[in-house]
Amino acid sequence: MDILSQPMPWYIAGPIIGLTVPVLLLLGGKMFGVSANLRHTCAACNFGNIEFFNYDWKKAGSWNLVFLVGSIIGGFLGGYIFANPEPINLASSTITDLKALGINDFSGMVPTDLISWDVIGTPAGLTVMVLGGFLVGFGARYAGGCTSGHAISGLSDLQLASLVAVIGFFIGGLLMTYLIYPLIL
Amino acid sequence: MKFLEYLKYLLIGTAFGFILVKSEVVSWFRIQEMFRFDSFHMYGIIGLAVVVGIISVQIIKRNNITDTKGNPITIPPKDATQWKRYIIGGSMFGLGWALLGACPGPMFALLGSGITVMIIPILSAIAGTYVYGMLRDSLPH
Repeated sequence: MDILSQPMPWYIAGPIIGLTVPVLLLLGGKMFGVSANLRHTCAACNFGNIEFFNYDWKKAGSWNLVFLVGSIIGGFLGGYIFANPEPINLASSTITDLKALGINDFSGMVPTDLISWDVIGTPAGLTVMVLGGFLVGFGARYAGGCTSGHAISGLSDLQLASLVAVIGFFIGGLLMTYLIYPLIL
Repeated sequence: MKFLEYLKYLLIGTAFGFILVKSEVVSWFRIQEMFRFDSFHMYGIIGLAVVVGIISVQIIKRNNITDTKGNPITIPPKDATQWKRYIIGGSMFGLGWALLGACPGPMFALLGSGITVMIIPILSAIAGTYVYGMLRDSLPH
C-alpha cells in the first residue's frame, strides 16, 4: 500500500491525464472539460431565468457532474486515505521566494496562511478564496473553458482558440504572481 | 443514461481526481512554482498530457473511429475569431488560477482530500459563472 501514498512523477501523471481525452471521446463522444460543471450547476438552479443557463443540463451535463463527483472521491482516496505524509518536494527557489512573501506553512497541498477556515476573515484569506474562486469561475466561462477544456482538450484538438486562451491563462497568472500577489501578502 | 454508464464516468473521474492529487497538480505551491518557472513538473504534466491527447485525437479522426455506441465522434471546433473572449477571459482565469492556486478540477479534488474550506472558492466560482451568464451580452467576445 506504500506505493499509493507516494507522489506520482510527472512523466506518469501527464500521459494518464492526456488519456482522459480519448477515453471520454470513445465512451460517448464527450469532450473533457471540468468547468462546464459550474455552468451545469447554474443551469440546475437558474434563479433569474438567464438565457445562458436555459438548456437541458441533465442531458448535456449529467455525465460530467458524475465525473466531477468521481474526482472528489479520487481526491479523498489520494489526499486523505493514501495521503503523502511528506511535504512536497518544491524547488528551493520557490520556497525562498514564498517565505520572503510571508508564507510559513509548507506542510500540505495549500498554505494554511492563505487557505483555511482560520483565515477566512482576513483580507488575504478572503481575497485568495473568494476573489480567486470568483475569477476562476467567471474567467473559465468567459474564455469558454479552463485548464482541462482548453489546455488539455482544446490543444489536443489543435484548436487555435485554445492556444490563445492558454496564453491568456499565463498573462493573468504571471501578473498575479509577480505584481499582484506581493501587494496582497 | 444507464447506471452502468454513470459508473464508468464515476470511475474515470475518480482516477482523474486521484492522479491530480498524487501528481501534486492540486498543490497551490506547484502552481506558484510553475508561474515562477522554477520547475519542469507542471510543464511536464500538461505537455505530456497534450502530446498524448493530440496523438489520440488524430488517430480517432483519421480512422473515423466511432464511440462505443457506434456513433461518429465529432469535436465541435472553437471559433478563434472571438479572440477577445479568449484573451480577456483567459487572463481573468489566469489571475484566479494563480491567486487561488487551483483550477476547477483541483478545487473539487482538494475538497475531497479533506480541505473542507475549498467549498468557499467552489461557491465563489459558481457565483462567478452565474455573473458571467448575467453580463454575457454586454461583454466583448
